[in-house]
Amino acid sequence: MRMTQIILATLAAAGLAFAQAPARAGAAPQNFDNVEIHTLPAQGSVYMLVGSGGNITVQAGKDGVLIVDTEYAALADKILAAIKKISDEPLRYIINTHYHPDHTNGNERLRKAGATIAGGNVAGDLGAEASAGAQIIAHVNVLDRMSAPTGQQASAPQGAWPTDTFIGNEKKLWFNNEGVEIIHIANAHTDGDSIVYFRKSDVISTGDLFVTTTYPIIDVAAGGTINGYIEGLNRIIDLIVPVYGQEGGTLVIPGHGRLCDLGDVLNYREMVTIIRDRVQDMIKKGMTLEQVKAAKPTFDYDPLYGSSTFWTTDRFVEAVYKTLTPKK
Amino acid sequence: MKYLQRPKIAHRLLLIAATALLCMPAFGQINLSGVWQNQLDEDFPDRLAGPELGDFAGLPINAPDRLRGETWDASLITLPEYQCRVHPSDYASAFADIRIWEEYDRDSQNLVAIHLHHFAWATERTIWMDGRPHPPEYALHTAMGFSTGKWDGDILTVTTDHLKEGWFRRNGLARSDRAVVTEHFIRHDNGLTWVTVVNDPAYLEEPLFRSRDYVFSVAGQIAPYPCESVEEIIRPRGVIPHHLPGTNTFLKEYQDRHGIPADAAMGGAKTMYPEYRAKLKGAGVQPK
Repeated sequence: MRMTQIILATLAAAGLAFAQAPARAGAAPQNFDNVEIHTLPAQGSVYMLVGSGGNITVQAGKDGVLIVDTEYAALADKILAAIKKISDEPLRYIINTHYHPDHTNGNERLRKAGATIAGGNVAGDLGAEASAGAQIIAHVNVLDRMSAPTGQQASAPQGAWPTDTFIGNEKKLWFNNEGVEIIHIANAHTDGDSIVYFRKSDVISTGDLFVTTTYPIIDVAAGGTINGYIEGLNRIIDLIVPVYGQEGGTLVIPGHGRLCDLGDVLNYREMVTIIRDRVQDMIKKGMTLEQVKAAKPTFDYDPLYGSSTFWTTDRFVEAVYKTLTPKK
Repeated sequence: MKYLQRPKIAHRLLLIAATALLCMPAFGQINLSGVWQNQLDEDFPDRLAGPELGDFAGLPINAPDRLRGETWDASLITLPEYQCRVHPSDYASAFADIRIWEEYDRDSQNLVAIHLHHFAWATERTIWMDGRPHPPEYALHTAMGFSTGKWDGDILTVTTDHLKEGWFRRNGLARSDRAVVTEHFIRHDNGLTWVTVVNDPAYLEEPLFRSRDYVFSVAGQIAPYPCESVEEIIRPRGVIPHHLPGTNTFLKEYQDRHGIPADAAMGGAKTMYPEYRAKLKGAGVQPK
């Protein structure tokens, strides 16, 4: 199966979780027996793992292993085996870029395979429990989306929930001799998105704030908006320093699709901004959603991004239209 | 005595045979190394001068790509992040001089790669000749792409994928990152013909063929090509210059200036063929 097909199929399956929310993240939506986890060195201490869900970013060194997103639980053993080929050190941190199951479904299994850095009084008081499991870091809205008030059904099992949340625009971490910035982008793909910037390796892991396989997936029900998404792309571009022209320098690991650099993000930002502007103009002219769809504002980009059976062009246009239409 | 002379004769025969083999081109390959001067007498407007807005004639583009071109605004390239955007390898042949050199494995003297340096934007590309596979689909795409070559007789044939989005023509007609490009480098004494065939499943109705000619330059030098972006226009954050569909009045200028019907100016595979020209003449259309 070609990688693009795998990604599209996965997106289709994963997307049902938020299309029919609240869906439990624990259920594996497809047969993963034949899925392989491929490892691609990005640069510095950072690698990209490509499987069936969202891409996983791995940073490894003497302090241990940090990963961004966890794909599906059914792939956990394969993911751990792939990580083991990069490093024998323990998995210390999991960072979730957002709550969707194709990025968080493996949280519980991978967390259990890891170990939190603990020692001194903490380890003395709590014993082995102090270091049990890797920490899961995410924006607080990710926890809100995965958990539920007491007595209500949560969308994910408790063991998969983030253990270390932040509420501001950024959380910083020093790990494996490099600064790691976790930057929250408000109301973009969802309301809890983060991008992760590995400053020394010069790699940005974007989650679904940037993909190469489909139109931007905007989970309107979870607080996503087209303008937030564009702001997210602009933030990513702000962080990138190319070697020359639009290439090299900072590398970008997208939520889905291939390894990228500045030129790819610019092309994507160009497409998203142009379509936003077209739909905005149509709304100003008083066109209904059906009229906007009929006008095909994405026509020139459909050969590139319009083949997804899950995140169809119509769904994308609907999301753009809804989040640009003033609320009455 | 005769018995003793046999090894000497054998050695001499071997030496002659080895010398003859060394002087023969291996596997039909020829040497492309050197500086090659670009000849601009073919498709000139598409090259140094730059194409006119709305001139899509003769390109086998499909309807979505036509809309890309119709809505493209040249102001896009005033954005700092676009100013030093390099010509992709399939368009670089249109532009300026090139240097070609070969890379050999020292011990085996097998050809490992052929390298190209383009004057324009000082881009460099590698054509791998050692039979290595192309990278997986999820690897980085670049403006130069990933190229492998083989000799078809005296013609170097190159296959390139992993390209970033580029353009068929510098007036907004996009070439997608899914394109696969086949090139043929054909040397005739001091001349070099570089044929490019672009297959783009996203934006072409038929493959796009182009040829460019170069002349060997004995004393050729290639100058540096520095590029530094600057803020040319103060704009609000995130603005992307473009025309809304149906509002680009500049498209008509090319048609009016040359008396070319809109249908022809807007391109498509049909506009590549002589029959189309005959059809236009039959309809009474005369170019200015």
